[in-house]
Amino acid sequence: MSPAQWDLPPELCCRPMAFVALTGLDVVYNAIHRAIWDAFCTNRRADRVPISFKVLPGDHEYPKCRTKRTSYEWYIPKGILKTGWMNKHLNLVPALVVLFYELDWDDPQWKEKQSECATKVEIVRTSLQGRNTKVAVVLIQKKTPLPPGEDLVASERASALCGACDLSGKSLFVLPHTDHLVGYIIRLENAFYEHAQTYYYNEIRRVKSHKEFLNKTTHQLLFVRHQFKMGFFSELKQDTQNALKYYRTAYSLVHELRAHETNMLEIKTMAGFINYKICRLCFQHNTPLDAIAQFRKHIDLCKKKIGSAELAFEHTAWMSKQFQSFGDLFDEAIKLGLTAIQTQNPGFYYQQAAYYAQERKQQAGQLCSHEPGVGYPAPDPLETPTGALDFYGQRPWRQGHQSIDPPDSEKEKQGILALQVKERDVLHSELIIALLSNAVAQFKKYKCPRMKSHLMVQMGEEYYHAKDYTKALKLLDYVMCDYRTERWWSLLTSILSTALKCSYLMGQVKDYITYSMELVGRASILPEEQKSRIEKNLIKVLMNEVPEPEPDCDPASVKMAQSLWSDRISLAGNNEFTIEVQDYVPFVQCKAKFLYPSFHIDEPVQLHVYVRADCPHPVRFSKLCVSLSNQEYNQYCLLEDASKEQDILEPSTQENMCLVPGKTRKYCFKFVAKTEDVGKKIEITSVGLMLGRETARYVYLNWRGGWGDAASSHETLQASRSFKRRTRLPEQQLDWDTVTIQSSTMIISRVPKISVQLTHEPPALTNEMYCMIVTIQSEEDTVAKDIKLTAGLKPGQDANLTQSTQITLNGSEVCDDSHPALLPDIPLGDLQPGQKIVKPLYIHCVSTGSRILLFHVAYSVSATVEGKDITCKCHKDETVTLETVVPFEVAMKFVSSKFEHLERVFVDIPFLLMMDILSASPWPIELVNSEVQLASSMTAIDQPQSQVEGVTLQTSECASECFLLKCPPVQNGTSTVASGHYFISWKR
Amino acid sequence: MQTAIMIVANYPLYIRSVPTQGELKFHYTVHTSLDVVEEKISGVGKALADQRELYLGLLYPTEDYKVYGYMTNSKVKFVIVVDSSNTSLRDNEIRSMFRKLHNSFTDVMCNPFYNPGDPIQSKAFDSIVSTMMVQAF
Repeated sequence: MSPAQWDLPPELCCRPMAFVALTGLDVVYNAIHRAIWDAFCTNRRADRVPISFKVLPGDHEYPKCRTKRTSYEWYIPKGILKTGWMNKHLNLVPALVVLFYELDWDDPQWKEKQSECATKVEIVRTSLQGRNTKVAVVLIQKKTPLPPGEDLVASERASALCGACDLSGKSLFVLPHTDHLVGYIIRLENAFYEHAQTYYYNEIRRVKSHKEFLNKTTHQLLFVRHQFKMGFFSELKQDTQNALKYYRTAYSLVHELRAHETNMLEIKTMAGFINYKICRLCFQHNTPLDAIAQFRKHIDLCKKKIGSAELAFEHTAWMSKQFQSFGDLFDEAIKLGLTAIQTQNPGFYYQQAAYYAQERKQQAGQLCSHEPGVGYPAPDPLETPTGALDFYGQRPWRQGHQSIDPPDSEKEKQGILALQVKERDVLHSELIIALLSNAVAQFKKYKCPRMKSHLMVQMGEEYYHAKDYTKALKLLDYVMCDYRTERWWSLLTSILSTALKCSYLMGQVKDYITYSMELVGRASILPEEQKSRIEKNLIKVLMNEVPEPEPDCDPASVKMAQSLWSDRISLAGNNEFTIEVQDYVPFVQCKAKFLYPSFHIDEPVQLHVYVRADCPHPVRFSKLCVSLSNQEYNQYCLLEDASKEQDILEPSTQENMCLVPGKTRKYCFKFVAKTEDVGKKIEITSVGLMLGRETARYVYLNWRGGWGDAASSHETLQASRSFKRRTRLPEQQLDWDTVTIQSSTMIISRVPKISVQLTHEPPALTNEMYCMIVTIQSEEDTVAKDIKLTAGLKPGQDANLTQSTQITLNGSEVCDDSHPALLPDIPLGDLQPGQKIVKPLYIHCVSTGSRILLFHVAYSVSATVEGKDITCKCHKDETVTLETVVPFEVAMKFVSSKFEHLERVFVDIPFLLMMDILSASPWPIELVNSEVQLASSMTAIDQPQSQVEGVTLQTSECASECFLLKCPPVQNGTSTVASGHYFISWKR
Repeated sequence: MQTAIMIVANYPLYIRSVPTQGELKFHYTVHTSLDVVEEKISGVGKALADQRELYLGLLYPTEDYKVYGYMTNSKVKFVIVVDSSNTSLRDNEIRSMFRKLHNSFTDVMCNPFYNPGDPIQSKAFDSIVSTMMVQAF
């Protein structure tokens, strides 16, 4: 028996269609016949009637009909359903035989042709002896027929032909071979379809009529058979509602059969067939819930009907097939438009099918592991005379046998042995994997990622059992990360264990190391002794030795693996691996941090690396290195095993580079930052830990960003949430969870040891050259070189201030617009320790208001950090907010010589110009000079001399002076004239 | 008869199964049932109406087990797996079991020394689960 033994027969799975045979057509040599045949069989869409056509020769032998039984009294049935029955009615026994004959009504040789046609009909009738199959005649005519009733010759000859052929008028058709062939054909086949339905209707009645002759004791099998046949004929008749009814009855009858070990298989096979039909029809009727309910019932009824214990694998194989074919039906229905849901989709059935296939494999393993000497029995008990079974589900060595005990126990034994031996050769894993992958495809569709992963794990495990380790590893590796991110450690451990076995058996060093690292670590729930075993193997691999085999591996594979490993070991090169830790949970954890968020350039940058192992045994590493964003520093953050050779052991280093399980180790690194890195950020890009030795085999664990693996972020979160008070640990020990991360630091400039003092007397007065004295005093221990002062308006203020502020070193003259608001980098030379520089600066503020002034002193000084001389650039900023106020207000008025207020002045009449100067300055103001520059429209009467020269005004004091003026005559009466300019020179 | 109770916050917080062999299979069953829980709670419109209903009902039937689900407001999932041959447990019994579990779980959460998200190691919780399993199965 082939592995396809459990497959359902194709005639069961197809949709039954009425079978109509066409004879008298020469489709090879006759073009017209060919065209007719093509019109029948091409383009059979859903709107055409469901008929399966076949062209047969006119003298075709149809299957012989057995003589009809007149009495069932002494009849004992040999089985439920003959294996050939369905095929017979689908493809061999037609419901209607159609004879095609070329004959026009006005044929000159009408008589001869009529009798030839009658002979042909007779031949067909003879070969259909005993069957109810109908016969019809189609006349192929060249002429288009006249409308019915108009052609008298035609109707006369038609009735004559019917008489000659013994046909009813309904069975004679005319097919004019004209333009509308397809139209005629469709009308013809509709007529054929009616005939076929009548035929199947009669067949159903015929089968039904047997019932009264049957009795319940001896004919139980026939009850099932007849119901099944009626169902099948109903389907052929396209009466699916009744078909379903008959099948349902058949199904309940099949379970009423007396079941015993010898006929269990037959009952189950038939139950499976009928169930398939019912489910199929339910899906077709768009009642999927009925289909599911029927299937559940079917499974519940049959689950326990195991049959012979020695052939238990047959039961599971059958069960698996039941689920699979239901899954197929379900899937097909979905493709035709049914909507499935997450909890009810074909995937579950495929999954269950896979489960039974796994069971089958296990049972086969137990039942079919014969001694090597036991061979396939001869003669072959599975051989039958015809090469096939007579009845579905029977044993080849005792066909037709229906009593409880087997007729020949020796034959029975041989038969069972033959089946077992055959089962041994079945490729179970292939079956299981195919089913699982079907299920995976379904669950992917119905949003079940976890179910999908679970099935993929099963697939991987099955590949492992099938010794296809590459595929196994591929699948397991693919799903592993899902379980890791979801933190299902129990499941991850189980998957990792299988993966480790695969990688061992394939001699995959890198995978082996990776999986071992995780299995030894905290994400694994393996018992300690297992962890210890794996760790020892891991150390062996790192020493370039062959690891011990994993337990429970196939012995032959282990042998192969051992030679693979020794090859690997002898091979030079390719001994270096890098494992990116963030994708795994290895047994070493690492946290690297800068001690502070920023360091001054003149102090060493300090970096701590905390390392901890969770493996059962202490582990030694040979290198620890930190990579920083500026790689020049990497050389300072490196801890290497000084003893390259194994025999030179430095105890101190050795101890330092050994990780004791559960203890946190701290490694401190220090380096001096480069002066060009001032103002820049230094980041830890990664931390690498080398296990193993360069001389043998080594693996780099690489922590990107200096910390964290696949489990760390959650652990950190839990630790941060925890209310638990940390217990004080003895000295030198650290609590891992309290170590915080600082993965970057800023390098900032050295703290300046210099004082910058500003001496000035605010507020400043508008337009004054305001003096600020900057005193710079060095408090450095060495020479402060290249002192540069930048002074002026602090950038970033109101743009108008830049226009109205000027700064200069030269206070002797008033600034103008050409002077800048900020004087950059005024070189001031060097300063010895303790020395000071005093620098006056003058600021000219044109507008009032407050402005921020910046005094930035930059210098460089050499310093020694960690025995290294560096030149540090330092700077100190001083800012000051300066208020600017108006120094005084000037008021001017015209008065007469009698000091009377004048609204206007008159030509040639002298008047006085009065100037009042009111001091607003908080400081005394000395008026140096004042001067009137008159416009041409006015002339001074006497020499205008300043009367306030040398006067000092205190706050809110007022000084006045007056000038005697007159206006020369003007051309046209009254007009407004300009008087001139008034200048005051003043100082504080 | 096989049974398991699991408390899950997408990863296991508490697992108890009887008998203990074949535990892995339970883990897979519970893990895969989270697919259904996720789907159930993602139905937005429905969730609003049934916000107070924490019982998620039968998650999915397998050939061998029935898997029931329950979710607290803090999205912690309770899953009970029962042998499908066990017919004595009806929906109502399962519901009350979940309620009992929830009460006890709330007590665990109220413990100031319990850090939410850590595995549950409470003896009181353990004993409640034990009595429940003895009574029910």
